[in-house]
Amino acid sequence: MALTETSTPSIAAPRGGALSRWVSRHAAILLLGLILVLLPAVANEFLLDQIVGWSLALGMIALSLMFLAGYGGMVSLAQMTIAGVAGYMVAVLGASSLPTISLFWPWWVATPLAIAIAVVFGTLSGALSARTEGIYTIMITLAIAAAFFYLTLQNWPIFNGFNGFTTIPAPHFWGVNWRAPVPLYYLILFFAASSYGAVVYISRAPFGLALQGVRDNPRRMEAIGYNVAAHRVAAHAFAALIAAIGGVLLVWLNNQISPFSISFERVIDVLVIAVVGGLGHPIGAFVGAIIYVILRTFALDALLAVGLDGRRFQTIIGLGFLLIVLFSPDGVIGLWRRWSARLRANGGSRRL
Amino acid sequence: MSTIAERMAAAGAGAAIELRGVTRLFGALAALTDITLSVRPGERRAVLGSNGAGKTTLLNCVTGDFPPTSGTVRFFGEDVTILPPHERIRRGLRRTYQISLLFQRLTVRENVYLACRGVSRGRFSFLRTRAGEAIMQSVADLIALVHLENVADRLVGELAHGQQRQLEIALALAGAPRFILFDEPAAGLSPTERGDLVAILTALPSHIGYIIIEHDMDVALRVVESVTMMHNGRIFKEGAPAEIETDPEVQRLYLGGGHG
Repeated sequence: MALTETSTPSIAAPRGGALSRWVSRHAAILLLGLILVLLPAVANEFLLDQIVGWSLALGMIALSLMFLAGYGGMVSLAQMTIAGVAGYMVAVLGASSLPTISLFWPWWVATPLAIAIAVVFGTLSGALSARTEGIYTIMITLAIAAAFFYLTLQNWPIFNGFNGFTTIPAPHFWGVNWRAPVPLYYLILFFAASSYGAVVYISRAPFGLALQGVRDNPRRMEAIGYNVAAHRVAAHAFAALIAAIGGVLLVWLNNQISPFSISFERVIDVLVIAVVGGLGHPIGAFVGAIIYVILRTFALDALLAVGLDGRRFQTIIGLGFLLIVLFSPDGVIGLWRRWSARLRANGGSRRL
Repeated sequence: MSTIAERMAAAGAGAAIELRGVTRLFGALAALTDITLSVRPGERRAVLGSNGAGKTTLLNCVTGDFPPTSGTVRFFGEDVTILPPHERIRRGLRRTYQISLLFQRLTVRENVYLACRGVSRGRFSFLRTRAGEAIMQSVADLIALVHLENVADRLVGELAHGQQRQLEIALALAGAPRFILFDEPAAGLSPTERGDLVAILTALPSHIGYIIIEHDMDVALRVVESVTMMHNGRIFKEGAPAEIETDPEVQRLYLGGGHG
């Protein structure tokens, strides 16, 4: 899309015209952004942090999977684990309720270091799986996820076993207490929007296009001069950065992390979110996340209201997943794309 | 410091492609047996032979898609036997595939762009390419060369077979090729498209050599100056097109039909 956009540089179109066309092309996402920015004016803290904030942070982790799977054809189940590594490291290196373990380093040391450790972890898992394809990539990353889950569960000196960590505060800087609901919301929104923008931008930059080439035909990529394995590892590193930041934000939001934050269920949740939302476009990750968060938050009450066992909300998520995969393999955004393509007579072939 | 003579010797007496004793096994099956072959820079060579003669395997050994089981491959004097394919491509080797290997979910322009970017710097760049950059002109030129301007922004998966074959050729011409391997480039092309293909091949700058595998003798013998005949994984004849056409053994094995 953008390659053609930039390559036909709107041949000498006036600047104003280019701007207005850019705005109209991105009208939907700009409107959404405006709503999200203004949301704290009308929304209560619960909606702000527990619904939208959680969706955005979780969406970032799903976005990292979308980047790998949608553009790179690599389904990695280790993305929640990478987020978990970052989250744990923030608790271990920074502050928590456990002075025997936590090092209480200042946030500006602990947080970047935690993210760096998670990126190294993600890059190494990527290097392990980069020479595999399809189901073998899934198996290797699942094994990594399982190994880290059991490590945190059984290791007490560093990970505090199944108790994990609580009271992991977001930092206080620039005179702002980022723990408070509204600042925390804006912090999450900033990183979610940045990572979304970065993925959209990079998808049409050489790195992202080459990744899509690797997805479509790795052998041919080699035959036109690309080091396919190196490209895959680099993609894992970039995805790990997004997942790691999402993981830190999730920990600050939930104020705790334990092995059950990164259990198989959570690992699979990320896959479900990405697939339900749709792997065809970065926005799918966030669409999937908001659907998931709303279901998790309200399905219980809704089920009880109609006289069913509230714990069946997982069944609803499962059924929803099944329906989506059966009727729209490219997720909710695939549905939306087809509807809007039907509305527009001819357009929509390479939009969104 | 090495003398010029030593460097000439190291450069395999100036051969573009030089195979020595190349054997390729697939399990117990020998797809290639003890192939020794030398092609000069700028030379245009056809490799002919019946199905299963080992022609495509030969190309795969040169590009590294399937490295040889034994023997050495040199590219402009450099031993590339164990070099990964992308390193050989960056040294100026190119190839097309018998069955199109394209990027189906990208547009024609994006396909050609990837090929141009693959042999230049900035493969890992996070910055989008601007319209005015030289690489976009190379992309447009290659698209025009294979007559795909009208479908430049269509997804490759939507193209007709013949158009995909044309794109296959465009991908192999990206950058500054020094030697190209064409694997049945005319397969599935219409007569007009075959004419275009012959025009493209003959119009290539004279310093660019190639090896072409082609069943269409009208195409093959019009665009080469030498021919290598293969049978059962071995080379059994080399010569000029005219000699090969009239050679009784060739007629029996290849043109005559008896596939054995």
